[in-house]
Amino acid sequence: MYDVAIKTEGLTRRFGDFTAVDQISFEVKKGEIFGFLGANGAGKTTAMRMLTGLLMPTEGQAEVAGFDVYKQAESIKKSIGYMSQKFSLYNDLTAEENIRFYGGVYGIGRNELPQKTDEVIDSVGLQSVRKKPVESLPLGWKQKLAFSISILHQPKVVFLDEPTGGVDPVIRRQFWEKIYEIADRGITVFVTTHYMDEAEYCDRVSIMVDGKIEALDTPKGLKQSFSCDSIEEVFIQLARSAERGQG
Amino acid sequence: MKTIVHISSVSKNFGKVEALKNISFEVKEGELFGLIGPDGAGKTTLFRIINTLLLPDEGTATVLDHDVEKDYKTIRPLLGYMPGHFSLYQDLTVEENLQFFASVFGTTLEENYELVAPIYSQLEPFKNRLAGALSGGMKQKLALSCALIHKPELLLLDEPTTGVDAVSRKEFWDMLQSLKKEGITIVVSTPYMDEANLCDRVALIQEGEIMQIDEPQRIVNSFEKPLLGVKSPQTYKLLRALQQYKWTDSIHPFGEYMHYTDKRGKPNLVSLKTYLFDQGISDVQIKPVQPNIEDAFMALMHNGLEE
Repeated sequence: MYDVAIKTEGLTRRFGDFTAVDQISFEVKKGEIFGFLGANGAGKTTAMRMLTGLLMPTEGQAEVAGFDVYKQAESIKKSIGYMSQKFSLYNDLTAEENIRFYGGVYGIGRNELPQKTDEVIDSVGLQSVRKKPVESLPLGWKQKLAFSISILHQPKVVFLDEPTGGVDPVIRRQFWEKIYEIADRGITVFVTTHYMDEAEYCDRVSIMVDGKIEALDTPKGLKQSFSCDSIEEVFIQLARSAERGQG
Repeated sequence: MKTIVHISSVSKNFGKVEALKNISFEVKEGELFGLIGPDGAGKTTLFRIINTLLLPDEGTATVLDHDVEKDYKTIRPLLGYMPGHFSLYQDLTVEENLQFFASVFGTTLEENYELVAPIYSQLEPFKNRLAGALSGGMKQKLALSCALIHKPELLLLDEPTTGVDAVSRKEFWDMLQSLKKEGITIVVSTPYMDEANLCDRVALIQEGEIMQIDEPQRIVNSFEKPLLGVKSPQTYKLLRALQQYKWTDSIHPFGEYMHYTDKRGKPNLVSLKTYLFDQGISDVQIKPVQPNIEDAFMALMHNGLEE
């Protein structure tokens, strides 16, 4: 067993002479909800691609679920779940078919799959539309389904890239309930968002500016050390200092 | 005051999907009017009817008294439209894009330079860069400049701030406020409820229907139930406990506090505290809080989502 779900040390990625991620070092504990904030272009996506085993770092160290990003990228991919606003489900497959497809990809056995499928359908409340193409579902339901699928294979860490963008305020909150629920079960949650109130729901929050992590603390700690009333104020104060992102 | 946009009993279906259900509203000259609602509410369909790209199945829509069906050729030069997806020419430079849009509307960059200057001046150092190579925030500024270059009477902005970080969103709204001062009427849609407060009036829209149209403050004021903010370091446990509490009418996380309303209207603080204590929840803090537009939105949509 391990208590550290993600650990990075001086993690860096350069593209030519541009340093997208610049020496970031942090640890995320098992079962923690870790908010990964930053302005557009601060380097969040590049960092996430390295942590999910999709992009090799230029230098520095990183371990995810106990596996090394350089040598064990394939093991990382099996131990994590991933969901983003942009890519989630196959629109022309039904809810059921999407679950079966991803279940297959993640190596869930034929015997287990029907029961798993029912569990997911029940947990999202999609009983009445399970045989409809997901294209016809409202965005919020799609996102809830995509989320449930991303944890189908009991990953150790789940990466959520702006999971609630554009979703209605009630479903946005239901979504966070699900995040709490899985964190309670010991799954580590690594999440990005542009909704600053959601940053307050995280156990700890990091804020990236120009490729570096400029602040990392509990929401309460951040507000205290920056003398702000909300994470939004902290964020604006830090992001305004950015030099990059123009042009 | 002149009516710029007039929508009367408009409905639009796509197959079995009712995208808009009997929608009516007006936008007055110089107004900054917000369409506030989640994805799939019907905001884009509404924009496409106003900008003459889509015909309503029922009802009528006019822009400056011109009918969107019969007078579409008159309407098009009167409006500037910024679609939800970046739709400029990625393989043209910043300046070429602007010149292209100017020429389509029979004008030049020089002629209306002053109007776009506050926004475009930030882009000018990169005017020879390909639009496809711009950062998200800069693309958004270029798209706004292109929508403005022919000095439209009406600006239609479909989710200009979706996926944009908090700082760039703030800057964008500052730009809208200065355009409003120039006398341009603006209809803007957003899924971010907090942006409603920056509009003169808003329509809260959900599943093709307008739930309420008013000034943002008046919508907030129409939320009449006493609202409590409850907080504890054990967030999830607190949420679960409050969901199971027999007097809970609604409970929604709002940043570090949960917003609570009581079935009896006025909550009983002592019994609430006792209940939470008995549930083993520590360090509970309770205080009255002011509702915001999101509270109001959720209260309005409450009935529709019970299934």
